[in-house]
Amino acid sequence: MIVNGKAVRAEVEDRTLLVHFLRDQLRLTGTHVGCDTSQCGACVVHVGGRAVKSCTIFAVQADGEDVLTIEGLAKDGTLHPIQQAFQDHHGLQCGFCTPGMIMTALDLLRRHPKPDDATIRRELEGNFCRCTGYINIVKAIRAAAGTV
Amino acid sequence: MYTAPFQYLRANSVADAEQLFKEHADAKYLAGGQTLIPTMKQRLATPPALIDIGRIGALSFIRREKDKLVIGAGTRHADVADSAEVKAAVPALAVLAGQIGDPAVRHKGTLGGSLANNDPAADYPAAALALGARVRTTRRVIDAREFFTGLFETALEEGEIITEVAFPVPERTGYAKFPNPASRYALVGVFVAKFRDAVSVAVTGAAPCVFRHTEMERALARSFSPDAVAGVKVSADGLNSDLFASAEYRAHLIGVMAKRAVAAALQ
Repeated sequence: MIVNGKAVRAEVEDRTLLVHFLRDQLRLTGTHVGCDTSQCGACVVHVGGRAVKSCTIFAVQADGEDVLTIEGLAKDGTLHPIQQAFQDHHGLQCGFCTPGMIMTALDLLRRHPKPDDATIRRELEGNFCRCTGYINIVKAIRAAAGTV
Repeated sequence: MYTAPFQYLRANSVADAEQLFKEHADAKYLAGGQTLIPTMKQRLATPPALIDIGRIGALSFIRREKDKLVIGAGTRHADVADSAEVKAAVPALAVLAGQIGDPAVRHKGTLGGSLANNDPAADYPAAALALGARVRTTRRVIDAREFFTGLFETALEEGEIITEVAFPVPERTGYAKFPNPASRYALVGVFVAKFRDAVSVAVTGAAPCVFRHTEMERALARSFSPDAVAGVKVSADGLNSDLFASAEYRAHLIGVMAKRAVAAALQ
């Protein structure tokens, strides 16, 4: 598996979920486990260039794939434009949902380079913010449009 | 949350998958996994082996063939939703696929997986039934009208795998659903297909299994308009009643969703 551009190789139990492999074995703890029932989107990562819930895919299913996590976004200490937009627009409160929000935002901006608010909100259907800070999350994503 | 232990097996072809199924008693096929994995995490399913058919490239395609649209069983919902071919041939099918779950789920979930699971509130069964789809498997071709046999039950035999689904291309199609606000599953979803000589209406989410509403079909065959639906009385008999909606409310929603589906088809 290629994780954030780096080849990794490990033995896992068949039932290991991708999120546990990332967090417990690779120690990439930026990806969060929120609900663990495939609803909240805190665990969203990209596999093969597409946003998926890493709690709803076994690590072995992603064998040989390109995986991108929140840790793979910043380059040389400089935040990714979406991360910067979340900071600039106060797109996070407690921050627990933020990794999933940002990975989903990256995926949606690739598919909708200039989204309106309705599109952003529809695309965020699978990501919950229990601080309910959606207004600034939407604002941050709108501001980041055109940067990815 | 961990599933019970199981043995993971990857199939490179459907023949390979069927062979693995013969060698592993009580194995289950894993396609997109968006239903199966959550079910296994809750230990509601504990198969001793999973045969991964999700990476068989030959199962993922969308192809227009004269008067039908053929979609590979491994095609992801997101690919159906975004497909120019689907939008041109059966626009409501693209709309339907784009309303399943959420974007991350649509990146993994597959057409074949949805049909084989036959969740009473899933979207695809409504389209397959209304369009009179032909479900091709590793063993035969099954008419959608004989495919959905009951709650989570289908005509599929042990080990049989759906390979592709052929949807006849009608003149007009519309789909409207009232989603459960948490799960996005259909509380009620109605798919309407207008063919040259007939109209068919399939309802999902409302009963233990997707079904056709023949009275509505007759009314729409006489006059294909939202008003024609308004005159049809929908009975609550046999409909689901749960903490989300009573049978009476679902019956009411069938009428409302049918009207919206017809209006969408006329756009």
